[in-house]
Amino acid sequence: MTKFGVVVFPGSNCDRDVAYVTNLLGQPTRMVWHQETDIADLDVVILPGGFSYGDYLRCGAIAQFSPVMPQVIAHAQKGKFVLGICNGFQVLTEAGLLPGALVRNRDLHFICDRVRLKVEHNHLPWTQAYTSGQIITLPIAHGEGQFYADAATLAEIESHNQVLFRYVGDNPNGSANDIAGICNREGNVLGMMPHPERAADSMLGSTDGLQLFQGLLAKVATLV
Amino acid sequence: MKKKYQAKIFVTLRPSVLDPAGTAVQSGLKQLGYDNIEQLRIGKYMELSLTAVDSESARQQVDQICDRMLANPVIENYRFDLVEVEAFSGVS
Repeated sequence: MTKFGVVVFPGSNCDRDVAYVTNLLGQPTRMVWHQETDIADLDVVILPGGFSYGDYLRCGAIAQFSPVMPQVIAHAQKGKFVLGICNGFQVLTEAGLLPGALVRNRDLHFICDRVRLKVEHNHLPWTQAYTSGQIITLPIAHGEGQFYADAATLAEIESHNQVLFRYVGDNPNGSANDIAGICNREGNVLGMMPHPERAADSMLGSTDGLQLFQGLLAKVATLV
Repeated sequence: MKKKYQAKIFVTLRPSVLDPAGTAVQSGLKQLGYDNIEQLRIGKYMELSLTAVDSESARQQVDQICDRMLANPVIENYRFDLVEVEAFSGVS
């Protein structure tokens, strides 16, 4: 069994969607209110999508200082898994757990769509249930999803194979190098703008996101 | 005795970061007939009041606040002006 914790910030709105999926996979899951300071029981921490603190100042700028965040950072530093989806990705970059930043979409629109993504490689738990180079389709829903990093940081991200998901064909938001999702150097922290949890039940038309969770489960199972 | 200061904080996008909103406003100005506008970039302006023992410690604190939260150094620069607004005689 893999114990999941889904952090709930004021303004999170995909928290229950994530918990639906981990429950679907039969895993114990608890919601972690952002003021909690003990998350030692968790194997995987997920920062869900939404508009934490109303996206005031910048997306994720205030959430990064929530009382739970030092624990999330400590969890990551132990090598345990942290996944940030959409607003969660923004929080992870603000907190410095992932490089770069997410800024206003190139064309200024809030985009709610399904996009094609390339799984760059499957050498990490996050993508091990996919094949390298596999094209999948996942939903996106964001206004500030344009990945930005300076040239030196981008080169570093690329040379360490930290890009796990890249937009294929149309780049919806102007992200540098078509980046849709990156991990940290160690590979245990993943941030992505697309929503795998919204494509994990065939009732919703697609299960392309389910393998991300399954790959993770398979990895954690080998650690116990 | 603590003194009261006000910081006027300007947060601007780093030159290397695109500003699509600024570009949209710039094209609006062009529509209005201002065809000599070379660039327009949108930033943020904040006013912050605080108490401190002297201007140096106020400056240090505002600088730290900007660096930690008000600006994201990955994409933004900041600067601020600090003025002493009035003598403050609260409990120190």
